[in-house]
Amino acid sequence: MELKARVPTHREVAFRPEDREELHRLYHQMLLIRRFEERVAEMYTRARVGGYTHLNIGEEATVVGSAAALEPTDYLINSYREHGHVLARGTDPGRVMAELFGKETGVVRGRGGSMHLFDLERRFLGGYAIVGSHLPLAVGVALAIDYRNGREVVMCAFGEGATNIGAFHESMNLAKLWRLPIVFLCTNNQYAMGAAVHQDSAVVEIYRKACAYDMRAQRVDGMDVLGVREACREAVRIARDERQPSFIEALSYRFRGHSMADPARYRTQEEVQAWVARDPVVTFRRRLEEADLIAAEEAELLADRVEREVNAAIDFAERSPDPDPVDLFADVYAGGGD
Amino acid sequence: MPVLTYREALNQALREELERDPNVLLIGEDIGAFEGAYKVTAGLLSTFGPKRVRDTPIAEEGFVGAGVGAAMVGLRPVIEIMTINFILVAMDQIVNNAAKMHHMFGGAVSVPLVIRAPGGGGHQLAAQHSQSLEVWFAHVPGLKVLAPATPADAKGLLKTAIRDDNPVMFIENLALYNTRGEVPAGEHLVPIGRADVKRAGRDVTIVAHSRMTLLALEAAERLARDGISAEVVDLRSLRPLDRATVVASVRRTNRAVLVEEGWPTFGVTAELAATISSEAFDDLDAPVERVGGAEVPMPYAKVLERRAMPSVDDIVRAVYRTRGRA
Repeated sequence: MELKARVPTHREVAFRPEDREELHRLYHQMLLIRRFEERVAEMYTRARVGGYTHLNIGEEATVVGSAAALEPTDYLINSYREHGHVLARGTDPGRVMAELFGKETGVVRGRGGSMHLFDLERRFLGGYAIVGSHLPLAVGVALAIDYRNGREVVMCAFGEGATNIGAFHESMNLAKLWRLPIVFLCTNNQYAMGAAVHQDSAVVEIYRKACAYDMRAQRVDGMDVLGVREACREAVRIARDERQPSFIEALSYRFRGHSMADPARYRTQEEVQAWVARDPVVTFRRRLEEADLIAAEEAELLADRVEREVNAAIDFAERSPDPDPVDLFADVYAGGGD
Repeated sequence: MPVLTYREALNQALREELERDPNVLLIGEDIGAFEGAYKVTAGLLSTFGPKRVRDTPIAEEGFVGAGVGAAMVGLRPVIEIMTINFILVAMDQIVNNAAKMHHMFGGAVSVPLVIRAPGGGGHQLAAQHSQSLEVWFAHVPGLKVLAPATPADAKGLLKTAIRDDNPVMFIENLALYNTRGEVPAGEHLVPIGRADVKRAGRDVTIVAHSRMTLLALEAAERLARDGISAEVVDLRSLRPLDRATVVASVRRTNRAVLVEEGWPTFGVTAELAATISSEAFDDLDAPVERVGGAEVPMPYAKVLERRAMPSVDDIVRAVYRTRGRA
């Protein structure tokens, strides 16, 4: 079975023994996201989670590898498929789960839900549910950094479907024209809802779209956490030091449907299995084991820890209070008023 | 008190706020060396430089969104949209992002942004350059919408808008830029959400905003010659809407004529009529009258354009209708 998108061959990033702790941290995050999302799916079927719910299952390497390239002072801004991204930023899983449950203790107090997570403290500037609409916002955040001669970088994450909308092209042009410190991270998970890349985009190698703006662009294997981290680190360095935007296309795959409501009948089982064989969480664990960087007991301990963390998140969400309807009109305007 | 044009009053407000707060910056098409299509930003580039008076490509969605993003992290951008007709390609950024963010993110972030744009017709600019779209924004919770009629209010409201922590739509009118009026020098702030009785009267209340306020005042002058005392309420702010001032006036005069330059269907005057109906029904001596633009795409030919826009005659006739005379 040939994959629809050709995965680039890139040099394997060599392990260094001193990386052990960091490698465990990455593996822990990937596992946490995987398990968190599996339980979200379960909570959705049990009607604890409502609305639209888009999972990062299959995309963990891209999510974790990209976040690992950022400093705590850098900004991350996302599409609506962002549960994993906010967890990778370090936000408490309990507050994320509580948000999905629509609770007052959620990251945005039950006002946003799955598609609108936000954590200013961790410089996670939100999930946005209009495809491509947060790209201009990223330009603005970078403009503000530039205005203040700041050293921060903005990473703007979106799917390949967003590269067909006007806001994408306006944002790419502005970022390059104004030399803004942005990393555009396109997770090409092969489908915009039910449409395969070649059905929607005249250019199927998405990273080539950046050449229209004379912007540095690269395609990476989005199933390889270290490869993604390396590519993002370089892009972040260029943004920070050279004040130039970059574009990264990470080839990935969502193992589930577009949202919880989508059984994904537009894909063949063969295609899904070919990608699942490259499962980023399983693959990374195998690499760590083969390099003697994680013992079987350590891996089990990590899995247990993740299980406890996700259970605790669900418990927290279950126990948390709903928002008080008395507060319906609060925060429509900053400083109050109607 | 100094007499300035509406354009000069806006320019003065921008200059004062740029001087006062280093977080204020201007963003828009040709606002720098070109000084704005209508010269509102004249002289600002040379004083404040290209970083604070930032020219953009023709990419309204892109640079309006950029203004929203910059506001999220603490800048106070003032965006100029060359004419309000161009704003439609940026509606997503205004309605889905700017207006919702504070609430949708649980109060964690605010968007201190001003978007200035002139609307209105009367210059033979035809269907795509002559619209009054302020109600599109007044419909949306999370936005504030201002539409001043006089140079003094233009200055005072723009300064207040720039200091507000919310996204504010600041609607100007092409035909107002050259109008003149007294404008207080220096610090002059007009509160958002308060209508202004521009002329006191006893017999009828005429409610208007933006350029229609000037037509209403002209109508009141003409009516005075016929012995009819008309009160003119200038809304100044559409959201929040100062319903109390309108209702109080109608309770005194017992008649209401509501005027807007835009299409009246689902418009400002419809909202006001509903308010008067529920809050001053027993005070009315006549049905509420509405005057608005003809419900057609604005035609080019002068004779057609003139017919399509509300006139002083239309307002006077509407007042007479409230008195049982056509």
